[in-house]
Amino acid sequence: MITEIGHYALVLACALSVTQALVPLWGVWRKDEALMATAQPVAVMQFIFTAVAFAALTHAFVSSDFSLLNVVQNSHSQKPLIYKISGVWGNHEGSMLLWVLILALFGALVAVGSRAMPRDLSAAVLAVQAWVSAAFFIFILLTSNPFLRMAQPPIEGQDLNPILQDPGLAIHPPLLYLGYVGFSITFSFAAAALIVGRIDASWARYVRPWSLIAWIFLTLGIAMGSYWAYYTLGWGGFWFWDPVENASLMPWLAGTALLHTAAVMEKRDALKIWTIFLAILAFSLSLLGTFLVRSGVLTSVHSFANDPARGVFILAILVFFIGGSLALFAWRASSLRQGGIFAPVSREGALVINNLLLTTCCATVFVGTLYPLALEAFTGDKISVGAPFFNLTFGPLFVPLILLMPVGQMLAWKRGDLLGAAQRLVVAASVGLAAALIFSALQGGPVLSVLGVAFAAYLIIGSFVEVWGRITGPGVSLSVAWMRAIGLPRSAWGTAFAHAGLGVSLFGIAAIGWGVEVVHALRSGELVPLGRYELSIGALERRNGPNYDASVVPIDIREGGRVIAHIDPARRFYRARQMPTTEAGIVTLGLGQIYVSLSELNADGSIDARLYWKPYVALIWLGALFMALGGALSLSDRRLRIGVARRAQTVAQPAE
Amino acid sequence: MIWVVFALMTGFAVFSVLWPLSRQRRDVTRREIETNLYHAEIAGIERDVERGLMTSADAAAAKAESARRLLAQADQVPAVTSRFSVKLAALLAICVIPALSLGLYSYLGAPDYIDMPLQARMEGKGDDLDIAAAIARIEQHLAREPDDARGWEVLASVYRQLGKPASVARAYRQLLRIEGPSAQRLFVLGEALVYANDGRVDAEALQSFEKALAADASIIDAQYYIGLAAQQRGEPQKAMAIFTKMIAEAPPGAQWVDVLRERIAQMGGTGPASAAAPAPSAGMPAPSPEQDAAIRGMVLRLAERLSAQGGSAEEWSRLVRSYAVLKDIDKARAALEAARKQHQGEGALFDALAKELGLGG
Repeated sequence: MITEIGHYALVLACALSVTQALVPLWGVWRKDEALMATAQPVAVMQFIFTAVAFAALTHAFVSSDFSLLNVVQNSHSQKPLIYKISGVWGNHEGSMLLWVLILALFGALVAVGSRAMPRDLSAAVLAVQAWVSAAFFIFILLTSNPFLRMAQPPIEGQDLNPILQDPGLAIHPPLLYLGYVGFSITFSFAAAALIVGRIDASWARYVRPWSLIAWIFLTLGIAMGSYWAYYTLGWGGFWFWDPVENASLMPWLAGTALLHTAAVMEKRDALKIWTIFLAILAFSLSLLGTFLVRSGVLTSVHSFANDPARGVFILAILVFFIGGSLALFAWRASSLRQGGIFAPVSREGALVINNLLLTTCCATVFVGTLYPLALEAFTGDKISVGAPFFNLTFGPLFVPLILLMPVGQMLAWKRGDLLGAAQRLVVAASVGLAAALIFSALQGGPVLSVLGVAFAAYLIIGSFVEVWGRITGPGVSLSVAWMRAIGLPRSAWGTAFAHAGLGVSLFGIAAIGWGVEVVHALRSGELVPLGRYELSIGALERRNGPNYDASVVPIDIREGGRVIAHIDPARRFYRARQMPTTEAGIVTLGLGQIYVSLSELNADGSIDARLYWKPYVALIWLGALFMALGGALSLSDRRLRIGVARRAQTVAQPAE
Repeated sequence: MIWVVFALMTGFAVFSVLWPLSRQRRDVTRREIETNLYHAEIAGIERDVERGLMTSADAAAAKAESARRLLAQADQVPAVTSRFSVKLAALLAICVIPALSLGLYSYLGAPDYIDMPLQARMEGKGDDLDIAAAIARIEQHLAREPDDARGWEVLASVYRQLGKPASVARAYRQLLRIEGPSAQRLFVLGEALVYANDGRVDAEALQSFEKALAADASIIDAQYYIGLAAQQRGEPQKAMAIFTKMIAEAPPGAQWVDVLRERIAQMGGTGPASAAAPAPSAGMPAPSPEQDAAIRGMVLRLAERLSAQGGSAEEWSRLVRSYAVLKDIDKARAALEAARKQHQGEGALFDALAKELGLGG
């Protein structure tokens, strides 16, 4: 009964989303308070029902209810509990249900937090949001229903794709979806602004928390996906310029641009049309990613079961929302009041350059991702646009971006002092130069690595020059500096951390050039040198898990004759799916990692393996964590809490 | 019961629309919101001045901009509430939400299906004992204790009844591992593999039969499969030699001799009678007319008894076989049909029989 209640809850949520898509809009059109007011409770109720549906599906997975087709196809009674739970979204149907759950959650959050927003704006936002969720509810119910039942339930399921049986599945998709869906909120805000016909600085204030939340989660989701691919696929790489990865990078680039231009709009009431356009773009690219990944255009671990009907349906959703919003944009944008004009050398000027560079990056990825697909569709030729293309185009675009990032932080609104900013960045530039000298002396190696580390050091230091200048000065004591540090707006710290985070990632990427890679047939008892370490190979062992058999090679890692770490790289064989997987043995030493991946068990008892020493590699993902931390700091800035908590306060002391 | 829950849920859904429609609102007004925003903007500008992100002159201009925006909002048309719209919306909510959700659900849903968690299915008792669940329970037990030979035997016999030869073979591999090879076990493994491969004798099966025969020469069926394997490999001479030898050594009255003759005939041989021995001295003698009548009488009595009182699957098989031997194919088919009806769980057995006798399902 629980399953059917979940199914019915999903249908009800769909019906509610249709109501929410229509009644509040009608209210906006008629300027009717009561009709507009339906948006909030319905949004909350829609979330509750979606959550019930999701809980019911989770229950079916956890209790191995094989009367559900979806559970049969993607679960197994012997699977560990965590993978039974994460398996709920480890398949197409369930992942779409997670998608609408997060959509409904964000809708409910907007509804709850909308008391401080003009009624017509919040009603229109929630209505647009409901259009999006209605489309996906219908998509799920008609083409990807996770609640389909089987009259003759089998006794065992077909198990989850072994590659997905990993803690990463519990983290990566929810984070990424929080990001993608977060951009659906900014999209809804953009469309709502066009519908209501009023876009000003206050709009940017309402949108900012949502674009920040989306950006934080997307950053974490991409980083987590990258780390997962790194340790699961066994190639030792962290980014493959794979279309599926690009599908998540494009909304990130557009979203990053949006975040910055929304700041200009908020402070200067300018760049309004461009901001609206970016909001539409970020979500359109998210939808495009969904289409590429789920339609069967691409084959990857993300595609799950491909079904042409689904592809067509998602394409229809894509065309409707992108086309609809762009049409709305074309129709209404001309009627919007333009904001003020500004000087090229100013904070807003710097942000415009940032935007140009980021959108160019985004366009580059777009071309590199879609051109091969389009070419194949039209001419049948298969070409591969891989790392060389992206490295050649991305590098030149990122160099000016990195150089300008600290400069932009230093410039004032309206009128900036470029020379002054440059002078204050001398310190950062010298640190970069010093880093280049030190590392070329210590590591030598490729020029690109040395250059990369120089840029990274410049960016990390440069990101903090502005706040450093604020909190210190001649004769300032430690306690005063501390007080000043706390007194600085959180968004200033947020900017510094997020920018520095990019520098940290860049450092890790640059250091790849100093890595060591060995392909070797391991034999029990031998010592394999790897960088400054030695790997002592143990005898092959069998260790069987609940639903797999594993062959493990225990390896001790030695430095100077002393054992400092131990890894257990393995090959696993999943019984239900009859599929082998590779479990890389990874250990973090300092900021670097030793990475051993087994590829083949030979008949003579030796084991083919790839062995890597990757110095500073952990910085790649640590940098992303810094970026997300920066976003979180900015999110906690008090200026974003307008109206909600401070309403009483502002009434009491109007002259704050 | 489930419909009561559905009705309640629908009620909640409709309520979430009706409630805001009927409520008297006294929330923050538009004016208050705009004023709050203005104050927040002014505060932000002042912080920027403090941080040196804006000169005081620019700040004054920015503040003026904010004030202008605040004033511009003042001429917004105040919102109203139309009673007619509210009624219409309420009516729509009451009609559309239940209609849409019940309509969709009746198309997609399966309200009669109960939840079937694996644990509950495995603990099912008596009437609702789920054979699949019972198997799962044994399988789980064996996953924990793979050395329990008795468990594998039970599992093998259940799988045989369900007609899952591949699973029978898997169980017998385990039995062979635990209890060591025996002619019987090796033979069963081989035969299960043959059934699992739709009658093909693969390398593993052939090896099992050869080992079984080496352990116990009296397992004649193993010889048959070895011959069959030779035939499938495209070595009819070898196959015919084996079959001929079997016919020659067959005990009197062995019914399978006919099957072998048929095989030999298929391969273009003339049968052992001419090749090995002039007369069916050692094989089954061709029945004399009297004997034939006697046999037919026995078969008839068996048929009458089985159709009147029913009988075991083995008895039915014997009847089918007898008809086949008497070349009374129609009756054999009819008997097979009746047997299937009476022993529905033995489909695999009868399938095998039909295949063996060439009765075509």
